[in-house]
Amino acid sequence: MSTLLKLDHVETFIGQYHILQGVTFEVPKGEVTVLLGRNGAGKTTTLRTIMGLNHASKGSVSFKGEEIKDLPTYTIANKGIGYVPEDQGIFAGLTVEENIKVAIKKENEETHERLDWILNLFPDLKKFWKKPGGLLSGGQKQMLSIARAYVNENELLLIDEPSKGLAPIIVEKVMESIQQMKDKTTIILVEQNFMMASTIGDSFYIIDDGRTVSNGSMNVLREDEEMRRKYLGIA
Amino acid sequence: MDVLINLSLNGLATGMLIFLLAAGLTLIFGLMDVLNFAHGGLFAWGAYSGIWIYTATGSFLVGIIGAILTGMLLGILTERWIIKPVYGNHVQQILITLGLMLVLSEMLKVVWGPNQISASTPSYLSGSWEVGGVIIIKYRVFIIAVGLAVFLAVQYVLKKTKIGLVVRAGVMNKEMVQSLGINIQKVFMLVFMIGAGMAALGGMLLGPYSGVIHADMGMEFAILAFIVVVIGGMGSFSGSVMAAILVGLSGSFMAYYVPDLALAANMLLMAVVLIFRPQGLFGAKG
Ligand SMILES: Nc1ncnc2c1ncn2[C@@H]1O[C@H](COP(=O)(O)OP(=O)(O)OP(=O)(O)O)[C@@H](O)[C@H]1O
Ligand SMILES: [Mg+2]
Repeated sequence: MSTLLKLDHVETFIGQYHILQGVTFEVPKGEVTVLLGRNGAGKTTTLRTIMGLNHASKGSVSFKGEEIKDLPTYTIANKGIGYVPEDQGIFAGLTVEENIKVAIKKENEETHERLDWILNLFPDLKKFWKKPGGLLSGGQKQMLSIARAYVNENELLLIDEPSKGLAPIIVEKVMESIQQMKDKTTIILVEQNFMMASTIGDSFYIIDDGRTVSNGSMNVLREDEEMRRKYLGIA
Repeated sequence: MDVLINLSLNGLATGMLIFLLAAGLTLIFGLMDVLNFAHGGLFAWGAYSGIWIYTATGSFLVGIIGAILTGMLLGILTERWIIKPVYGNHVQQILITLGLMLVLSEMLKVVWGPNQISASTPSYLSGSWEVGGVIIIKYRVFIIAVGLAVFLAVQYVLKKTKIGLVVRAGVMNKEMVQSLGINIQKVFMLVFMIGAGMAALGGMLLGPYSGVIHADMGMEFAILAFIVVVIGGMGSFSGSVMAAILVGLSGSFMAYYVPDLALAANMLLMAVVLIFRPQGLFGAKG
């Protein structure tokens, strides 16, 4: 199994605050790697650092063996990384169609196929194709954000807490879609909902106070109640 | 009746000139969060360079093209050397663009002298038509037509093309645009260049309209353009054309009926809009 993305002792400042103080992990190609950790631990900052939206002052971020930590965000994205931010990043004044169109890098056979596939998964998006993104429900926004990251042939998707604030039935729908994408792309998933994370995830890393403190296969964490209590505050 | 028609045409023409200046301002603010106080300087530079070329070549059209190109070139240089280093810092932006405004004005005096320069209307646009007893000045109609054409062209690009889509998305969420693999710096430069070109065109068109151009003409129009940007909603392109027409008409009618209150009326209009709709009449941003 080859490593697609690797973070090595990454440190990130936001202004004067030392937010990430040593984040190290590896993402094997074709797997779902879950980042866990309590509120404010640094999960979102980790994803933003990978995207270059926050700059890592130390350490290394390598994607397919290439150092990307000092590249501008658009270049990183063009290397094949799709981002579903915590706030979904929907362009409120653009229609669903336009939100997707603006994301498509090069319209071709492949993007059409991917678009059809994801619209079948999320028929709501088809239904509200001409509706402004700002008027969608929370769940629909999440679906749109995922679809937008998926339409391009990205090799890696970063998905930040897709279940946040959604009704359980919608969470299930979103998680099911991620489950299905697993066959086509590698995923880093930030997820507080442990039930969901443990069904989809292959391996996990726990981030605490800006550091990766523990990792292993998802099966291990399912058994280790002690660890879950200590770092995640759940039993 | 003919007074009303002429005041309206006058107001519309002035409105279009303000629009050409305000459109760039509002797009640059919406997309880059930059308040460019030097924008009026580009307007004046458009007038001087355009009239100069027009006088030298004898062709008004070549003068217009020269003005637009000069504006675009200055726009690129401004974005590159002046604005780019201070993205994200509003205080520095205000200081440096105000400074640039003064420099641009003074440079005009250095190159073309401190006195105002007269600008004439080309023969095919001078004179007037008589329609049903009303005298209609051709050049005013010309300005309105050019303004409308520019509005429609830019509106088309914004609504119907991929680059327009990117600009609209950028106004809403810059980080996300970059996360989708788009080089927003390039988009910034393009928008700045087009905004500067529109401002320069406005300045050039004003020359024959008012008969003379002077180094401080940019300042006067920039004040009106800022009022328009606020009324129309910062970042809203279609808002800027509506507000510019409103301000142009109000200026024209007030100048005729209560001349002392012409500028005050527009300030008042802005204050009223700010009180009841702080995001502007067509605000794109919250
Ligand atoms: N712009 C900022 N300025 C200052 N501190 C920030 C900023 N953004 C994040 N932080 C801080 O960085 C830390 C990590 O934040 P981050 O958003 O990465 O956490 P998280 O693990 O995603 O949390 P959550 O589960 O609540 O989303 C927090 O303490 C947060 O307060
Ligand atoms: Mg977070």
